[in-house]
Parts: sequence; structure tokens; C-alpha cells
Amino acid sequence: MPQVPLVEMKGITKRFPGVLANDHVSFEARSGEIHALLGENGAGKSTLMSILTGLYRPDEGQIFIKGKPVQLKNPKEAIGLGIGMVHQHFRLVQPFSVAENIVLGMKNLGLFIKKEKVEKEIEELSRRFALKVEPKAKIWQLSVGEQQRVEIVKMLYRGAEILILDEPTAVLTPQEVRELFKTLRQTANQGKAVILITHKLNEVMEIADRITVLRGGKSVATVNKVETNKIELTKLMVGREAMLVVDKKPPDLGPVILQLENVNCLSDKGYPALKDASLEIRGGEILGVAGVAGNGQRELAEVITGLRRVTRGKVKIGNKDYTNVSPREVIEARVAYIPEDRVGMGLVPNLNAMENVILKNYREKPVCGPLFINGDYVKNRARQLVDDFNIKMTGVDKAVKLMSGGNLQKLLFAREVSCEPQLIVAVYPVRGLDVSAIEAVHDILLAQREAGVAILFISEDLDEIFKLSDRIAVLYDGQVMDVLPTGKTNVEEVGMLMAGTRPEREVG
Amino acid sequence: MPAPVIQQGSPFTIKLEKRLTTSRLNNILIPVISVFLALVVGAIFIYVTGNDPVKIYQTMLKGAFGSKYGISETVVKAIPLILTGLAVSIAFKMQLWNIGAEGQLYMGAWAAAYVALFMPDLPGFLVLPTMFLFGFLGGAIWALIPAIPRALIGVNETITTLLLNYVAILWFGYFVYGPWRDPKGFNFPLSAAFPEAARLPSMFDTRVHYGLIIGLVAVVIIYIMLKHTKWGYEIRVIGESPNAARYAGMNIVRNILLVMILSGGLAGIAGMSEVAGLTHRLQPTISPGYGYTAIIIAWLAKLNPFAILLVSFLFGGLLVGGYSVQTLGLPAATAYMLQGLILFFVLGGELFNRYRLRIRERGGK
Repeated sequence: MPQVPLVEMKGITKRFPGVLANDHVSFEARSGEIHALLGENGAGKSTLMSILTGLYRPDEGQIFIKGKPVQLKNPKEAIGLGIGMVHQHFRLVQPFSVAENIVLGMKNLGLFIKKEKVEKEIEELSRRFALKVEPKAKIWQLSVGEQQRVEIVKMLYRGAEILILDEPTAVLTPQEVRELFKTLRQTANQGKAVILITHKLNEVMEIADRITVLRGGKSVATVNKVETNKIELTKLMVGREAMLVVDKKPPDLGPVILQLENVNCLSDKGYPALKDASLEIRGGEILGVAGVAGNGQRELAEVITGLRRVTRGKVKIGNKDYTNVSPREVIEARVAYIPEDRVGMGLVPNLNAMENVILKNYREKPVCGPLFINGDYVKNRARQLVDDFNIKMTGVDKAVKLMSGGNLQKLLFAREVSCEPQLIVAVYPVRGLDVSAIEAVHDILLAQREAGVAILFISEDLDEIFKLSDRIAVLYDGQVMDVLPTGKTNVEEVGMLMAGTRPEREVG
Repeated sequence: MPAPVIQQGSPFTIKLEKRLTTSRLNNILIPVISVFLALVVGAIFIYVTGNDPVKIYQTMLKGAFGSKYGISETVVKAIPLILTGLAVSIAFKMQLWNIGAEGQLYMGAWAAAYVALFMPDLPGFLVLPTMFLFGFLGGAIWALIPAIPRALIGVNETITTLLLNYVAILWFGYFVYGPWRDPKGFNFPLSAAFPEAARLPSMFDTRVHYGLIIGLVAVVIIYIMLKHTKWGYEIRVIGESPNAARYAGMNIVRNILLVMILSGGLAGIAGMSEVAGLTHRLQPTISPGYGYTAIIIAWLAKLNPFAILLVSFLFGGLLVGGYSVQTLGLPAATAYMLQGLILFFVLGGELFNRYRLRIRERGGK
């Protein structure tokens, strides 16, 4: 007879303006298990856990703790019910000691904190769960791994039965990861439920007992670790429905436009993000980049567009060296860039459509004279683009943040394409868009391909990649695993490469 | 983003919801109501001190706007407020928190005075333009000092610009009390009077001087610059979204330096116009905190140059009104109390411009 789950979430639905973040998601975690919540960025993992910790209230659905229905109105109530979360960004007061941070905000301490008693309790906890922390140390003296341990102890001290960790390994070194996993196993062995939010398959296979996969806001499956493998999980994560075949003409290949030679760079946190990545794209072809999000895609786009420093290797555009040049020089080499953050990077939300349309060419004639921007010209150009690309908006003089996601993306494409690029770098260009907007984006990309533009197309949707790309590069852990012609590969092979496994290929 | 819940434990929850747009009406109505409420709270305070708030406000209004003298004095006070208000607003537009207009004003005055006092060989018609240039440079350099570490290594400019105010005022004081003190001045801490060629002429038989023209021209130039030029466009993009600016290939470091130079320069011109137009010599204090009041003005005016013009006149009136209540036994600092209250309420009122108040019954949707 199965035990009553410690947590059960049934039919959880959460809508944000314009986004269905959770769509009837079901999830449960039992005492004594490590349960991984697996999914790509934007799959709805964080939203689901924010609901469980009382940060958001679900629009629909029910939550049961130890079989009893509960209403979590705020984080305090969630903590009271034994739900504790360790966030990716720690919530610690740097100048305070470990012990002070752990009791911070607790109510039942009396007027004066019995420091010795608290410190003793912390030491005991840390022994029981194999979590080395020094209660008297100040937070600022601790490494990131140690700070994370403090967060965990903080939750256990508050009597957490359900411990949620949001991407806990993102900030850790491999040694610290091993240490953390030991702790998590010990914690689970003491009868607690550990929920691990992650998109890293290796970790899931190493530590989880069960895995719930989320995709596009829905829970697709819950599987036992021993009954699955990385390839199946990849498929669940990225989804694989009927393959769409578009009748696109065979590529009319032009000269090599973009060339990366053994490019290395660092992530924002200072770890290697690209490792000897090499690839090339010719005019008139779409190179799709497949990979689970967070394996170097963002960095790949940024080294090409001049926004990130290359530590080793070469970037060539049109056979000229463009390694570590300024973004402006890349723009002037007619490279269009559809960034991942379309609002805030690609477009300025508080400025109007006219002002956004000239973001790339505001320096050039006839947009701008020696001093003044030509207002009439800009207005006409904005109206022209709005018409040509069928963009719906209230007016070119209204802030673009009022536009819908699809129209924003069309505006962004309109501007980038109208600058007559030789290379387009598009990062997750259809993420979060509705079907008609997705089609519009695909049409634009295919039209540009036919016009002889080289296109680097980064996506997390394999169907889309197979539909549009002429060749597919697979990115895993910052490495280009392989570059395959679309006609000579299949989803299985690409899926295995995405999981970091090189399939045995028959010769010939 | 979860909406912040500001009250709990009652049958109602009061929630703040982010507004997507701010309506034009709200943009005007909210500051006006804020100022009104500030005056109400000020009235309560005045009442508690045993005075009649209605009478006090009447006296202030009359003092500031009730006579030709009052109006002219209000304009005199408005001149440095316009210039410093523009100075800080242009920096604020790029999210550079230049709190140092006060010090930049003093350095501008000092540099302009150097021309007036120690360059006697300059032909007469060149004296004022040179003072103008030096005034600009004095303020600009003073603003550039904190701008460089801000641009290159991200040193917080709020603190550095603020602290440099004290340095500038002490520097200024050192010269007035020391090397630049007029030997024929009966030991008063005053410099020698500026020669006639170093004085901005007055207008209308009042103390109003040509600094007013400088201020008005600056308003128009800054407005056009921000709205219609390439540089103004860059400033707006960087202020709204530094990431988008980087993406568009804008040089952020250069823009930080240039904007701070312009900001400091405008404040420096405010100092130049004070000494050349009004005091005609250096004295220990040349500003009752114009550079700080400018921050309130820029904020109230939502960084719009023409609104700065209007708000500067109102605040000039508040200062003059403050002097006039002294005859009723209240200190002139009453004006500063009201200024503080106004800022307090205007900043508070901003909340309602950006968020909408929603009151719901518990458990409801």
C-alpha cells in the first residue's frame, strides 16, 4: 500500500498576463525521496514551486500536505507547514553570523536570543545531516558552497519536512556538488522529501529517485530513475510530436559568412561556457543549434555579436577577423541579432515604436544628420515596417511595452531584417509566442535564407530545428558535439548528443 | 512579479498592482495632490506651534507673488533653480544620480570669479563669455571627478557627488576667507567687487539679471537636445535600458562622462550667474541649497525641461515666501520644512502613479 505523499499538488493552474505558466500540473513528493523537477527554462518549474512556498496563489488546483488540503496564503504559512526553499540567490545577511542568519525572522525566540543554545542546536543539526557549518562564522567569510549549506540548515532548523532547492548546483564547483548530494541523500534518509529543480540531466540521473518532467507549463510524466535514461528524459523535456516537413527549396549556398574557430569564453559567473566551439555558416543556409538550454547558447550568440569576450579562439565574419570587437563593429558588419531577452535588450520597453525601429541605425543617414534625428523619416519608416510585417499596435508613438509578445518579436525582426543583414543570429526567437506569431517568424527566417543570408538559429524545440535547419549543430556543456546535415540525422541521434552521449555511427 | 501585499489580518486585502501605463491626467494630478497634502501637513505643524496656518500661507503667497518686488525676487531665486534643476535632470535621465549640483555650482562660481578678479587684461567684451566658459568648466570638472570612477569601475556616484559638495564649499570658503579676501574690505570675508565688465546686467529696474535669459535658453536647448538629437536619443536609451544600449553598440562609458560634464557644467553656470548677476563678489555662502532643491524640482517636473521652468518659479516663490513669514515670528526655515514635505509627498505619490490600489475582500479573486 503506497504511503500518503508528503506533498501533493493537483491540477495546479497559474496564469500571468499573456502566459499560462502552469497548466493543470500535478506533482507529488514522498517522504524519504529525492524528487527532481526537470524541465527547460520557462517550463513552469519555478512557478510551481513558488506556489508551493506560498509566493504565488494558484488560479486553480489544490495542495495537500500529508493528505490534508491546505491554502498557502504567504511564505510564512508555507514555512509553518514545513515547506522550506533554498533559492538560487541566497537570502543571507552578509555581516551577520551563521547562527544569527539562521534564527533571523523567527518569532518564538523570546526577547533575548539564547545564543549558546542556538549555536548548540545548529551544531547538532549539522552533525545529523552531515552539513559542515560553523555557527559563529560571518556569512561574508564563507564560500558559495558554505553559504548554501547555511541556507539548508536554516530551513532544517525551522523544521522543514519538504526541502526545495532551485538549481542548487549552478553556483557550485564539482567537489561542492558531490558534497551537496551527500547531504541531500542524508536529508532524505531522515524521512524528509527533497525536491530538486533542475534542467541538468546528469544530476538527475545521479541523485534523483523519481523525476517529474514539465514542458510548456504542463506535467508530462513522472518516472522512476531506475526505469528511465537520459535519452528518454531529453525527449520528454523537449517534446517530440509528429515531425513537420516543410517544402523548402534546397539551399542555394553562398560563401562562408560566419566562422568560429575553437572559441572559448566564460559565463557570467566566470566558469567556462564555450569550450573550443567551432562551426561555420554559409550564405543561404540555416544552421540550427540544438541543445538543452544553459549549455552555452546565450554565450555563443554573445561572442559573435561582440557582447562577450572570447578568451581563446577566433570569430570571423565574411572572412575578416571579428574576435573581441565592439558590438558596434559587428552591427556595421551587417549582423542582425535577435537576442533571448527581446524586451530590455532587443527592444526598449518604455520607448515607442519609432524610437525602437532606429535602435540599430540611428547613427546613419538618412535616419540622422550630423546632429539631429530626422523625425519625419523615422515616422515613415516605422509605419512602413509596421505595414510590411503586419504588426498590430495602437500607434507608432506608443510605448512598445503595450504590444503583445508576438507583435514585439515581429517588430524586432522587422528592424533587424530591414538593416539588410548578411548574418542573422536568432536566439529562441519563438519562445513564448502563439502559433500565428511562430509561423510569421519562421516565414521571415526562411525568406531571409532564400535571400542568401546566413542564419544561426538557436532553439530548444527539436521539431522546429528539424523543420527550418539545413544543418544541425548540437551544443552540450559548451562544446559543439557534432554538426550534422538535417537530412542525414534524426531526433534520436540529436537527442543523444544533447544528452552528452556520442552515438555509435555506422560508417558510410 | 508578485504584487506586494501591504496589509494583512483584516477582512480586506489592499493590493498594489503595477500599472502598464501612466495616464497624462495622473501625471499632473498626482503631483498637484501631493503638493496640496504636503501643505496640509505643513499647516498642521504650523498650527501646533501656535500660529495660524491660513495667515502664514497668505503671507507667504503675498510675499512671493503679491508685489512687483515679490515677483522679481521669486524670479531671482528661480534662475539658479532652473539651471541646477536642468543639470540634475539630465543626469537623472541616464540614471546617474548626481547629487552634487550644489558643489558644482560653487566650483562654477569660483572659477568664474577667478576670471573677474584676476584676469584684468581681458578685453571687456570677452570677460562675461570667459566667465561663462570658466563657470561651465568649473562645474564640469567637479562632476567629472566622480564620473570617471563611476564609468570605469562602477563606483556609486550618489555618494561621491554628495561628498564632493562639502569639499567644494570648503574650498570656496578657504578662498573667501583667505587668499581672495578683499584687503580693503574691513576684514569681512568678502572678495573684492567684480569690475563692471564682469557683471550680468539687471532688467526691469529689479535684481532680476540676464541669468534668466541663460536659464530660458538652456531650457530650450536641453529640450531639443534630448528630444531630437542623436545624443539625446542615446541618453534616453541608456537611461531606459543599458542592455539595449550595449546591444545597439552605444558607448556607455563615453556617455556617462559626457552627461556628467554637461550636468556639472550647467550647475557651474548657475554659480557663475549668481556671482556675476547678483552678488558681484564672492561671499561665504552663495546658495541656500539650490543644488539640493534642484533634485526635488527635477523629480516634481518628471525631468521635463519646461516643467522644470514652471516648478522652479514655484519653489523660488516658496523661498521668498519663507523670508516674508519672518515678520510674523516664524523662521525662514519654514520654507525648507515645506520643501521637505513636498518632496516626501511627491515621492510617496509616485507610488500611485506606478501602481494601482486594489482593495479586495479576503478570499475573493
